[in-house]
Amino acid sequence: MSGLNPETLAQAKQLLSLYPHRRSALIPLCHLAQSQDGWLTRQAMCDIAELVGITPAEVLGTVSFYEMFHTEPIGRYLISVCTNISCMLGGAYDLLDHIKKRLKVSPDGTTSDGLFTLQEAECLAGCDKGPCVTVNHRYVDANTSDTFDALVEQLKAGSLEDTIPVHGVLIRVKRERGREAVKDDGVEVAT
Amino acid sequence: MSKPKKPKQTKQVPTKQTPSFKPPTAALATHGPELPKIVTSRIGVENSYTLDTFLNTGGYQGLKKALSMTPEAVSEQVMTASLLGRGGAGFPAGRKWSMLGQSPVKYLVVNGDESEPATFKDRMLVENDPHQLIEGTVITAYAIGAVLAFIYIRGEFALALERLQAALNEAYQHGAVGKSIFGSSVSLDIIVQPGAGAYICGEETALLEALEGKRGFPRIKPPYFPAAVGLYGEPTIVNNVETISNIPWIVKNGGAAFRRLGEGNSTGTRLFALSGHVKRPGNYEIEMAKNSFENIIYDSDLGGGILNDHELKAFIPGGVSSPWFGPEHLGLPLSAEAVGQAGSMLGSGSIVVMDHTTCIVRVAWRITRFFHRESCGQCTPCREGAGWLEKILHRIESGAGKEEDLDLLMDVCDNISPGIIWPPAQTTICPLGPSIPPSIASGIKMFRDEFLIHVKEGGCPISDARHSAEVSRV
Ligand SMILES: Cc1cc2nc3c(=O)[nH]c(=O)nc-3n(C[C@H](O)[C@H](O)[C@H](O)COP(=O)(O)O)c2cc1C
Ligand code: SF4
Ligand code: FES
Repeated sequence: MSGLNPETLAQAKQLLSLYPHRRSALIPLCHLAQSQDGWLTRQAMCDIAELVGITPAEVLGTVSFYEMFHTEPIGRYLISVCTNISCMLGGAYDLLDHIKKRLKVSPDGTTSDGLFTLQEAECLAGCDKGPCVTVNHRYVDANTSDTFDALVEQLKAGSLEDTIPVHGVLIRVKRERGREAVKDDGVEVAT
Repeated sequence: MSKPKKPKQTKQVPTKQTPSFKPPTAALATHGPELPKIVTSRIGVENSYTLDTFLNTGGYQGLKKALSMTPEAVSEQVMTASLLGRGGAGFPAGRKWSMLGQSPVKYLVVNGDESEPATFKDRMLVENDPHQLIEGTVITAYAIGAVLAFIYIRGEFALALERLQAALNEAYQHGAVGKSIFGSSVSLDIIVQPGAGAYICGEETALLEALEGKRGFPRIKPPYFPAAVGLYGEPTIVNNVETISNIPWIVKNGGAAFRRLGEGNSTGTRLFALSGHVKRPGNYEIEMAKNSFENIIYDSDLGGGILNDHELKAFIPGGVSSPWFGPEHLGLPLSAEAVGQAGSMLGSGSIVVMDHTTCIVRVAWRITRFFHRESCGQCTPCREGAGWLEKILHRIESGAGKEEDLDLLMDVCDNISPGIIWPPAQTTICPLGPSIPPSIASGIKMFRDEFLIHVKEGGCPISDARHSAEVSRV
């Protein structure tokens, strides 16, 4: 399994240059690697360890604390259904039941075609439109069984690629400038 | 609190509750005719997140004014405004800034982790008015003398991360961030930092750990305040997104103008996130203290009343860590003091409305399950307590409960937060542990009979259809 490709590596180095301490780049770097492969491969974690200057075990130990990092492959689309308080009051468990049947998976499972991973989520800060559903962390209008089914068809047909990119919350986040105030503030930048 | 009207509940409940509310997009109103909108003035404006719109609507004027003042004078205005932190604890921002330790290197960290159930105000602010947040961040960094600022955004907020980074790129280009801001001798870099999915990282010391690239374990206190020992061991100010979004207005209009709004210590306006069984869920910016819970839940330009014209059963006044209120508390003003005296808090500003069809046991269970999932695991009372409470509540809800379970629940709560008093006693590293008992204690205190009915009838009597599905577990 290969690690970070040259393009990701270039982005990683740019990111690293922002921080007074390299380790602060760890979480953003893991997001980058996840954008590349959809999950965090072992080799990617080793590459990140080297970039940050810690051991691979420290990377894994940190990564495993955070819900968003996947150390095993997941489906092309991560469907998160919030069942927390406001969404539950709006019928989230009914919707989740429907989704389980529609996709034939339980929460944390992936459909056999590798398209969908289902996740029962905690509050996604979309409580006014509950039950709140996101796909690859993009909010979608799918809070009824009908609208959910329509969404699944669209995802299968690939007609939502523009609004719902595959994998990675940072995939469209590009910082244009590096640090500029560095010389004035005397804060050292990691090299 | 009155006894639950049991027969009515069992009969009136619809057999199947379809996910019924399709509310308006983050509805907003500044309640009252001539009141200013402070943080939401651009919400609803087309392309509100772009630099062009921002500049056309008075953007970066506050920063320009601040740069013509001394840092002390800026802090003074915030002190005068008596702006309370909007992240949950309600600590005055000006006072926090004045506690900053001495060091050539100081940091500012803006807390946009927003993972508190039923809270969705910060996401709205970042997605729709990122420049306002950047402006507030630069002004604050200038006032406190920070050399570098981080805006920490919850990792799941893909759109917010995109909009904020795009706005930051524009702000650098415009000269509002970076070297020699607007031609002055002031320079500042801002880094947009993504989280990675952990509620506990909203707690400020856990957030600093995450920012240092570690697991989000809250730090042991003392030192109590990051203002003394924070990021990389240096003095650090941590403020909430909404707190910082208020700063440009305060500098532009003066602290006194802010203070004229609201009452007592509850000054200015505040964003309330209203959700649950209301007709018009959404974020509402309203003047502090001048409106009551009744206003926000029932007024036609705010919550618009209970969904399906049902009866109000109870409401959560300030996030899932706060003790609940019943209909008799509707008249309370939305002020930190009044709500505090009544035995709860405004906390994160999220109000959850429950109608008479709501199963209280299920609500208490779901909130407890959240805390169990999100406990970082460092402290035994929190880690183990949450797990046991969740199991017992689940057992009651699914029909295997015993009458003694009610005492057992209270006993476990007492172990997490001795006395189950308000404000809660803390035996744990961070306030998450003591946040667990209030929902359970409120549920049992206000609706004891309903718990007993669950035990006697072997399960939830309120809506069999809705609850027949196997209750999901962690
Ligand atoms: C478990 C826990 C979660 C928290 N989550 C958040 C959060 O998501 N956002 C936030 O601003 N503050 C949160 N806080 C409060 C912060 O610790 C801190 O008090 C706040 O960011 C300070 O900003 P303020 O003074 O402007 O309110 C949380 C606290 C605890 C104990
Ligand atoms: S109280 Fe809970 S969340 Fe807070 S530090 Fe202890 S175990 Fe972690
Ligand atoms: S409770 Fe579901 S998104 Fe907030």
